[in-house]
Formats: sequence, C-alpha cells, structure tokens
Amino acid sequence: MEKNKVHRLRRVFVWELPVRIYHWLNALCIVALIATGLYIGSPLVLQSSSEASEKFFMGWVKTIHFIAAFLFFFNFAFRIYWGFVGNKYADWRNFIPTNKHYFKEMWQVFKMDIFMMKGKEHLSVGHNAVAGFSYFITFILFLIQCITGFGLYAAMSNFWFAKLFAWVPTLFGGDILLRQVHHWTTWLFILFTVVHVYLVFYHDYVEGRGEISSMGGGWKFIEDEVFDEVKAEKQKKLQEKKEKMEAQMKPLT
Amino acid sequence: MSTIAPKSTPTYYDEVVRKGYTRRDFAKFCAMMGAYLGLSQSGLAQVTEALKTKPRVPVIWLHFQECTCCSESFIRSSHPMVADILLDQISLDYTETLMAASGFQAEEAMKNTMEKYKGEYILCVEGSVPTAADGVYCMIGGKTSMQILEEAAAGAKAIIAWGSCACNGCVQAAAPNPTSATPIHKLVSGKPIIKVPGCPPIGEVMAGVIVHVVAFGRIPELDGLGRPKAFYSKRVHDTCYRRPFYDAGLFVETFDDENARKGYCLYKVGCKGPSTYNACGVTKWNNGTSFPIQSGHGCFGCSEENYWDNGRIYSRASAFPGFGIEATADKVGKVALGVTAVALAAHAVATNVRKHKLIHNLEKEGQQSEKDLENENI
Repeated sequence: MEKNKVHRLRRVFVWELPVRIYHWLNALCIVALIATGLYIGSPLVLQSSSEASEKFFMGWVKTIHFIAAFLFFFNFAFRIYWGFVGNKYADWRNFIPTNKHYFKEMWQVFKMDIFMMKGKEHLSVGHNAVAGFSYFITFILFLIQCITGFGLYAAMSNFWFAKLFAWVPTLFGGDILLRQVHHWTTWLFILFTVVHVYLVFYHDYVEGRGEISSMGGGWKFIEDEVFDEVKAEKQKKLQEKKEKMEAQMKPLT
Repeated sequence: MSTIAPKSTPTYYDEVVRKGYTRRDFAKFCAMMGAYLGLSQSGLAQVTEALKTKPRVPVIWLHFQECTCCSESFIRSSHPMVADILLDQISLDYTETLMAASGFQAEEAMKNTMEKYKGEYILCVEGSVPTAADGVYCMIGGKTSMQILEEAAAGAKAIIAWGSCACNGCVQAAAPNPTSATPIHKLVSGKPIIKVPGCPPIGEVMAGVIVHVVAFGRIPELDGLGRPKAFYSKRVHDTCYRRPFYDAGLFVETFDDENARKGYCLYKVGCKGPSTYNACGVTKWNNGTSFPIQSGHGCFGCSEENYWDNGRIYSRASAFPGFGIEATADKVGKVALGVTAVALAAHAVATNVRKHKLIHNLEKEGQQSEKDLENENI
C-alpha cells in the first residue's frame, strides 16, 4: 500500500431491520436464559426471617426463564422464516454449504483469520463462510435447547404449545438425563457468546469496515477498490465463459 | 397359600364376607381405591360392582433379580383388605415369597394356572432378567429367568412390571451391569405391559393398578413411558409440601444447618423431586405417615430410569460423562471457558503481530483523514 493512501468507502446495507431486531432480542434472551438457567441449576442459599409465602424469588427467576424461552423460540422461528424472504445476507444459503465456493471460502477464512497465514485477505460483506456455518451449528444448539427445555416444561404446563413437547422425556427415559443435556448445552451457549463477541471486535479491528456498528444501523463500509475488483472479476469470468462457448461452437460450424 | 380355584370361583365380595369383613369395610375399601385411582362417582360404582360380581382374577407373580421390597411394600398397603383380598384372595397362584408350597409342587401350581387360565391371568414380574452368560445369573427350578418369563408371558392377559428392576433394571443394571440385567419391556413383545416403577413402588399404587385391571378388565391409561397416568403424571416436586420454600428461594445447604431445622427445600442437597414422577407427595408411605422429603431427606428419584447412574444422591449436579465422577457440567464448562479465554488472548496477540502492517495502515489512514479534516485540504 502506498504511503498515506486514503480509501473511499461505500456504504452497503447488510443487515435489514428485522435481522437486527432478531439479533438483539436473541442476545437479550440468551443472556437472560443463561443467567437465570445457571441460577436455577445452583441457587444461592438465601437467609430470611420472613415467611416463605411472602417471597417468590425462585419463582420469579423461573418465570423470567420461561418468558425468555418463549421469546427465544418464536424469535428463532421468525429468523428461519426470514432466511427465505430476507436479503441475500440473511439468506439460508449463508449458513448451509450448497456449493464448492462455500468450502473454498471456509478454508481461506481458516488460513487468514485463525492460522494467521500471509496471503490475500478475503472479503465477506455479510457472514463469512466459517461464521455462517458456525451460526448453523448454533441453530442446532438452539433447537436442542428448545426441545429439551420445553420437554422439561411440558409436564407443568397446560399450554398446548408446551404439550407438543411431552414426548421428549420419553426419548431421554425421564427428566434426569433431559435436565443434564439442557445444562451441558447452556455451556456451549456461553462459549459461543464469548468467541462471537471477540471475533466481532477482531474483524472491526483488522478490517475497519464497521463490523461492530453494523448490527446497529445495518451498514458496512466497503472500499471503492473492492467494487472495481469485483466488477473486473465478473467481467473476466464472463469473458472466460464466452471463450469456452465459442471453443465448443467452433467444431460445429 | 391359595389353591388353584375351580371355574366357579367366588367373587371378591364373597371372599370379603368369608374373611369376616363387613359390607361397610368393603365399601370403604372400594372408595379408597377409587380415590387413589382418581375415579369419578360412576367409576367408583363400577369398581364396587366389579369386585362384587366378578370372579377373582388369577395372578402369577414372578421374582427374578430383585430384593422383594416390592412385595413387602404391597403387603403393607394401608388398608388391610389390600393384603387380604388382593393378595390372599386375588389368587396369587404362584409367588415365591408368599406361597406355602415349594419345589415341585410350587412349579406344578404355576404350570396348572398357566394352562387352565391361558389368556386370562395377569403376570406380575418383580425384578430384572439377566441375559448375560445365557441367563445363568438367575435360575429357578433349573430354568433361566428368561425361559420362565417367556413361558409365563405367552398366556398372560397383561403384564405388570413391578418396581424399578422390572421397569428399568434398577441397581443391578447400573454401570457396568455385569449380568446384563434387562427390564421386562425389552424382552416381551405383543402383550400390554404396565410399568409401576419405584424402589419400591407405593403399596397403594400397586393395589390401585390391580384393582383397575380387575374392575375394568383393561389396563389403566398409561403415559409415554408406560406408567399409569393416575399415579405418575405429576412430579414429586409439584405435590411437595416444601414447594413454597423452593418458590421463595429458601434452601437447605447442609443437612444440619439452620435452614434444615426450619424445614426449607432440599433442592440444593440433591433432592430429585423436580425430575421424578411419582405419587409420594400425595399418597405417602406407611399408611400415609410420611415420605422421604417429610423426614428431611431429598428424593432419590427411585422411580426414574437409570437413577443410579444419572445423578448423584446429595447434589444437584451430575457427573459429566467422560470426565470422571468429580467433573460436573459447571466444572467442565468453567475449564472450557478458561481455555477459550487463553486461546482468544493468544489469538489477539498473534493478530497484532501477524497483521501488524494491515492494522498500522488502517491507523495511518484514519490519522491522515483526521488531519485532512482539520486542514480542510480534502
């Protein structure tokens, strides 16, 4: 890079409002669920001189957990829907590999961001392939947590939706193992959250494209040169395709 | 010891009278059973009518790998009639613990009942069946328990699996399960099986299940795990009299602390009530005297599948599989979190080293823009 070259940045609209609302609601629910969940698993020993009937502390902690769980589930269901109707950065293909290019990008992300090898920096305006795939894994965790959670909840609820999960304890042979799976999975959420937050800071720091603020306003800022590069690459590909077609046509004529 | 009854068998009521009980005692007994089963008025009338008119149902009660606590619990059901009528006179045609006959005569009695009442008798099984080493770990009269079970199950109308051994293997099926102790439902197919888990199950619950089968001629409504809904649809936690302390967040921390004396919730000292489905909180034990939580000890979860391996008795946390007995989910999680934090710190350092130029350029670019803005020479 030449000395003191200043890039012109172009504003790209990446995260639509529904995606941003989903993200922050999801974050809020997960924090609330982890905090209340760990408390339910191992509550503090309170000392009190008042009657038990005057207190409902554990009851409230559980209530918050259940409300957050319902919010979390329907928010998650909405996000799946948005994966089919949202913009290209929200599309489900960002999370599930459907072509060779996806794996190629994954390898490049590993090379550049994890093994810190020297080479061409990759560009991902939305999710990069590794991030996208790791979100797919978290979606599976979401599903496990919802199924085990509502499975535990089903026996104490008359709500038809919770009753839909009444089969789950049968699958696990009872609540004891079910509760454990629910507890273990909580820790995977904690680990994910820590790594996720770190990587957001990392990308913002090394790319300077507004990774952190993108979940606020929805914009990322991409260098003008990138647009030229992308354009050139597209034309090159088009040209190659044309030449290939012509080469195939020749013997016929 | 009852003998093989002729076809013109007396009814339950006939036996009640013969035993010297009054009609009033009989009505009380029916009302009690109806209450345990959660029956309505009409259902109660049906039970009374059935016990009055129906001939006794032959029962074969097999004992395999077990400790006989189920039988002990059954004969201690709170109403004396339970033992007198349902046991004595329900025609326990074969039960190792209680029959007078032994050896050849006893085996003969069972054979006779099986032939005479083919398709009519109820088979009660107490205990699990060892399948390792061709079943040599539990043999009676020269036959393996598997052979005995297969023979007896073939002509049974329904099978009742008494206790946790028969329902899920209980302690002898706990790791490493040296005899391959196997619960009944995994060995018998094509017959209705009622699971009545517990170590032991509550006597009144056992009596209730039998009365239901006798009175209505069909098995009671079962849940997803094959247990009668009337007794196993609520968690011990939901019917526990210490529940208000749980909801308030008031817990016992050790068994001899001030909170234990105040009778606070035993959740933190490993009570399995929140994950155990049983009727202990309502029916209680020993004529409704008490149940574990009432006597200051947490619930074991004895009626839950695999309870020996699934949880520790005096702690909420369970061993994390693959990490040894001391490792709980929280311990493993905290270590994983620490490792992650160290890895991220290392990554952050590596980023500043390996991508130094990139970061430096970004900083310079930013500083240049800042200067340009100040000097207005954009």
